[in-house]
Amino acid sequence: MAEAVREFTAIGTRPIRPDGVEKVTGKANFGADFSLPGMLYGKVLRSPYAHARVKGIDLSEAKAMEGVFSVITSADFPKENPSDMSCNILAREKVLYHGHALAAVAARSQSIAEEAINSIKVEYEVLQPVLSADAALAEDAPLVDENLRTNGDESFMPSNVAATVHYERGDVDKGFEKADYIVEEEYRIPSAHQGYIEPHACVADVNEKGRASVWCCTQGAFEVRNYISEVLQKKISDIKVTPSEIGGGFGGKTVVYVEPVAVRLSELAGRPVKMVMNREEVFRATGPCSATVCRVKVGANKDGIITAAKAWMAYEAGAFPGSPVTPGCMSIFAPYDLKNFVIDGLDVLVNKPKVAAYRAPGAPQSMHAMESAVDELARKLNMDPIDLRLKNAADEGTEAPYGPKYPAIGLVECLKAAKVHPNYVNKPAKDVGRGVAVGFWFNIGMQSSAEIWVAPNGAVTIMEGSPDIGGSRASMCLMAAETLGIPYDSINAVIGDTESTGFCNLTGGSRTTFATGLAVVRACEDVIAECKRRAAMTWDLDTEQVDWENGFAVPRPGVNIEAEPLSFAELAKTAGRTGGPLVGRASVNAQGAGACFSVNWTDVTVDRDTGKVDVQAFTAVQDAGRAIHPSYVEGQMQGGAVQGIGWALNEEYIYDDNGVLENASFLDYRIPVASDVPMIDCQIVEVPNPSHPYGVRGVGETPIVAPLAATANAVREVLGFRINDLPMSPPRVLEALDNAS
Amino acid sequence: MSRFGYVAPKSVADTIHLLHDCETRGERAQILAGGTDVIVQMRTFDREPRTLVDVKYIEELNRVSIEDNETYIGAAIPSGVLNENQKLKSLYPGLLESADLIGSTQIQGRASIGGNLCNSSPAGDTIPALIANAAKCLIAGTHGTRNVPVEDFVTGVGTNCMTRTEFLLGLILPRPRPRTQDAYLRFIPRTEMDIAVVGAGVSLTLDHDRVCTHARVGIGAVAPTPLLVTKAAEALIGTQCDETSLQAAADACRAAASPITDKRGTVVYRRKVVGVLCYRAGVIARDRILNGQN
Repeated sequence: MAEAVREFTAIGTRPIRPDGVEKVTGKANFGADFSLPGMLYGKVLRSPYAHARVKGIDLSEAKAMEGVFSVITSADFPKENPSDMSCNILAREKVLYHGHALAAVAARSQSIAEEAINSIKVEYEVLQPVLSADAALAEDAPLVDENLRTNGDESFMPSNVAATVHYERGDVDKGFEKADYIVEEEYRIPSAHQGYIEPHACVADVNEKGRASVWCCTQGAFEVRNYISEVLQKKISDIKVTPSEIGGGFGGKTVVYVEPVAVRLSELAGRPVKMVMNREEVFRATGPCSATVCRVKVGANKDGIITAAKAWMAYEAGAFPGSPVTPGCMSIFAPYDLKNFVIDGLDVLVNKPKVAAYRAPGAPQSMHAMESAVDELARKLNMDPIDLRLKNAADEGTEAPYGPKYPAIGLVECLKAAKVHPNYVNKPAKDVGRGVAVGFWFNIGMQSSAEIWVAPNGAVTIMEGSPDIGGSRASMCLMAAETLGIPYDSINAVIGDTESTGFCNLTGGSRTTFATGLAVVRACEDVIAECKRRAAMTWDLDTEQVDWENGFAVPRPGVNIEAEPLSFAELAKTAGRTGGPLVGRASVNAQGAGACFSVNWTDVTVDRDTGKVDVQAFTAVQDAGRAIHPSYVEGQMQGGAVQGIGWALNEEYIYDDNGVLENASFLDYRIPVASDVPMIDCQIVEVPNPSHPYGVRGVGETPIVAPLAATANAVREVLGFRINDLPMSPPRVLEALDNAS
Repeated sequence: MSRFGYVAPKSVADTIHLLHDCETRGERAQILAGGTDVIVQMRTFDREPRTLVDVKYIEELNRVSIEDNETYIGAAIPSGVLNENQKLKSLYPGLLESADLIGSTQIQGRASIGGNLCNSSPAGDTIPALIANAAKCLIAGTHGTRNVPVEDFVTGVGTNCMTRTEFLLGLILPRPRPRTQDAYLRFIPRTEMDIAVVGAGVSLTLDHDRVCTHARVGIGAVAPTPLLVTKAAEALIGTQCDETSLQAAADACRAAASPITDKRGTVVYRRKVVGVLCYRAGVIARDRILNGQN
């Protein structure tokens, strides 16, 4: 069980992060900063067609070019049973999206590499591309993969539907019969890119014995090791991956694009190879998130109790199966205590880049649909949108729509905090619209390791394997400071490579502060146990007769001994005489990550002559379980809100009729700039997670979920009608206004 | 990055000489001022080798002079520097605001009005504002200098009237008549760091009875080149620039526009919004006069 609320000395404070100086002075090394002597530069040839059969590739000119050391295609990858990832990294028989890689070279300079790439001749048989879920589901649609059968079921004819997902409970028809009000709408959410500022980059160096060393920016060095091993069928023990600092990931750096290519190029060239994607390549060929069509039907009785809900969703997977349709389906009704519902989802192939995870993968799309529909329901009921949600909110003991009973969760607490928040109590001015929505994410646990090394002066090094994206080093140091009872400033956290720390799953699923944090706390407890043993030895007591209090070993109350408490620093100083250096370690497969809920509301205005939406105010209330470093919790809440606002208002992938992305740059793929958004007000709610010693819940993903519908609901309030398709860009809003008048 | 040579001549004559030499040898020369367009182009899509002729160190391109009849603005002066010139700002607030819209603070330390003009994008922010101010381009070539009205300078998307042996020295703007003000507005989906989806610049002169005696309207991003809209000006002259006449000017802009649909906006959208911006810029210019800003 969670500890009773008590005073913390370190947790909940806001110290400067250990990696802060390097990052603000520009000294920190990111993916593209690493170099080796004799290094070559790798470049990739990409398809100019969204869908084509590769009839032949002529590499002869590139191979003969002075300064070119290696040239590869998928023929240089293992031939048997290639994974989707392998086929995505270098295309085989078909290219499946515009920008799909199909050859690579390593050369002495970038310009030679470019020249070599341009000299490669490819013969294509151009095929008709499938460019939307609607087109993919049409009866006579061309097939992205001629061998794909839904759910792998050989009794089906090949189609573009890779998988179906279904959840249901109760009797929806009877539920809708009991409804006094029903809302039924279709919503379209575009593909959005994670928009990390740092492009993918790596250096690979394969030695004469075939051992590969890789330096790259990634959310998970151990996953990169696994992927390289799978794609190239190399032994895991022959691959070492060192993660650099990371300039944003948001799920997009949980997979690999260039790393196996660089390894293979290096292997053949006998030299290190560096590969850095440019921004255009990032937009064209790395995973954005799914464009999604969601149909939702929700009914409520006149008291505002939701009697039934129904959803149908099609998630675009891109060129290979694997959209987040399952978490999308699992999350759509997660905030509600529903007796009757049906959820259907489709994983649909299209000739676009394979989607990758993006912050709460799948949930922003499906929950945008539900939260928009619930907003319409509140209007029909003439009920405050927070009150309507409170009437139906899931709480401890509620059976989640995806199965398990919720342990302690903070949705009701967030809704109640929102209702009395001054920003909510103050009603918006005339011509300002307010929209409310709730957000949710499951969070995950999984495997983490941590080691604690104590220096003779009592300073502590934490060695762990979670790349630090949102300030996790600081959180690890705070939890260690709290557990050990020593100052934050005496602790440093180091992110190891795959050969200097125990296995650790990637930084994602909002798991790091929870799971790696748990490993760090357990490793600190390991050190404390050792400290108690050393003190007991010094005092000639049994270990059980020693307690650990605020950084001191003390005789347990009642133990009749005259002994001065021994500080952590003293124990460290004398460790050489008491049995050697103090170290601790722990590994976990963390269970009970604890779902995270949020409530967001925003006030917007609309320029009716230009269609431009201005976000005037935005407030996020979110359950953090326990905020270890509140500034970094707020940073997650603010960052997620801004990404959600961008998705709601301007971000989208714009394709031409041939499947060529027209806005592959930050100029025309418009993420918000700082002046586009107001200060995002944050209120952290703390309903401790019973599965973590300090009550931590992951907070990184939930923040992006609610802003889409909150913004859409606010625009709906100003306009007097709803725009069902995102983004609500100025041309779309103006067109809607014209059509309405 | 394309391969390039670099020269930084100190005089107009040396520059012309260099351009002429390159032309004779059949080599490409390109004028460089702040480089905020050129360097990006060389790093991305335009990889052809060339000689960069850096004109930042030539006095004529760095000089501002405000005379009784006209104002001269050197082509290479960064917009950040121009915006510190209070006298210029009070004479041509709209033009200076248009220069202030381009890029970030850092970019404005390099980007110049001359560069914006020579890049010759239909969406260049300073061009409609220059048109509204009846600016002329002072162009140097092998046979001396010539003047070209800004509205005739840009000839197509990314092209202009200069030959390969000519370059832009600066801009000559008539001294505004008494009770004259200008304004420039652009539409972007963001608040900054963006390219105009639509732009409109308006300059107005009102007499003491608040009647408009002179007007010029320039619009951008709604045709292959920025346009001078004479009919919009005619709709304002002789009126008090009230709602009706501003609306007529807005409609004239819509009629003059021949926009395209692309990733940044549709034909319908751009046509509608160019009128909105003309109207709003007209209100700002008018109110600047009525509030006695000069």
